Amino acid sequence: MARALIHVPPTAKRGEVIEIKTLISHVMETGYRIGVTGEPIPRDIIDDFVCTYNGEEVFRATLFPAIAANPFITFYTVATESGTLTFAWTDLHGATQVQSAPITVE
Amino acid sequence: MTGALLSTGAGLMRTSKRLHRPMDCRVKPGNADKGRCFTALLCIVLPIVSSFARAADIPLDQRRSDSEFISADTRAMQNDDTANPGMLAVLDGESLWEEKAGATDKSCADCHGDAKTGMKGVAARYPALAEDQDRPVDLETRINMSRIADQKAAPLPFESKDLLALTVYVAHQSRGMPIAVEENERTKPFIAAGREIFERRQGQLNLSCAQCHNENWGKRLAGSLVPQAQPTGYPIYRLEWQELGSLQRRLRDCMAAMRAEPYDYGAPELVNLELFLMWRARGLRMETPAVRP
Repeated sequence: MARALIHVPPTAKRGEVIEIKTLISHVMETGYRIGVTGEPIPRDIIDDFVCTYNGEEVFRATLFPAIAANPFITFYTVATESGTLTFAWTDLHGATQVQSAPITVE
Repeated sequence: MTGALLSTGAGLMRTSKRLHRPMDCRVKPGNADKGRCFTALLCIVLPIVSSFARAADIPLDQRRSDSEFISADTRAMQNDDTANPGMLAVLDGESLWEEKAGATDKSCADCHGDAKTGMKGVAARYPALAEDQDRPVDLETRINMSRIADQKAAPLPFESKDLLALTVYVAHQSRGMPIAVEENERTKPFIAAGREIFERRQGQLNLSCAQCHNENWGKRLAGSLVPQAQPTGYPIYRLEWQELGSLQRRLRDCMAAMRAEPYDYGAPELVNLELFLMWRARGLRMETPAVRP
């Protein structure tokens, strides 16, 4: 599906606040534009993003048509334990892309 | 904002006054023939004089990448590979490089090997003029030539996602390297032809590229800094486009903004202009994929 770039620090100290950056390729078509033939271009956006840390939800965002193409979402969380951060982007049609990144907490 | 616009406008007006000053010479009455002769002479001399006045290139040590004219936020986005949306296309290009295509069922990598070594510095030399060619070609066209001749595949359309991805992937391998288009007896006429377009007034606004980018860079136009138009980071991710685009797309946008008729993609004039701009930016470092507002 779409291409995504994720930045999670590979190692962190327990209790450290870590910055997570995600970028995914998506047109984020608003649904308000009109094509060359005069037909409205149907809305096509990612409307939900969620990050789970070893199964526990740590961040969620709802996206709207005003978000630019290729949404870049960055946020912070606390490094609690070694494991996996999982990221899921869901579009209006219900298709979900999941990607994950490992983290080692010392 | 209006003040900024006015000051730029005044700058342009000053320029045009300076260019036309010789036309103010008065001819004495009763001396019409001599006057016509004088005017004819002026018509020959004036373009030479004014071309000297216009051809004030930016001194080499004052040239700066357009990255220095954008906001700190946009610059930070460009310089962080996990925030730069152009990197998504670089990844697309990386997989296309390995993808087999055409009747020969070969990938780019089958002949060229690893792009990280084989394509290093290539984009910094484009547009280029090969031995067997009669005019320079841009990087996009060069990739398509290889598709047609070596892969026996259909050429990719200009500004298509795949052609931009391959171009940005190849150009990305030159990031940090100095721009070095070839300047020799064969390429000089094409560089000169590009310069002619750069310095020629065109469109309903009667503007030349040089009036903004040579004479008024660093001033403001509608709140934005006027950059020097150094093509260091193409193909660029332009926030206004919300996607990747080529230098030719950018040039066509500029021409439309001057209310001039843009040249077609791949037109010799556009490639010459591209070659001149790369020559003008010689020595500046490549930044592909750059992010621009």
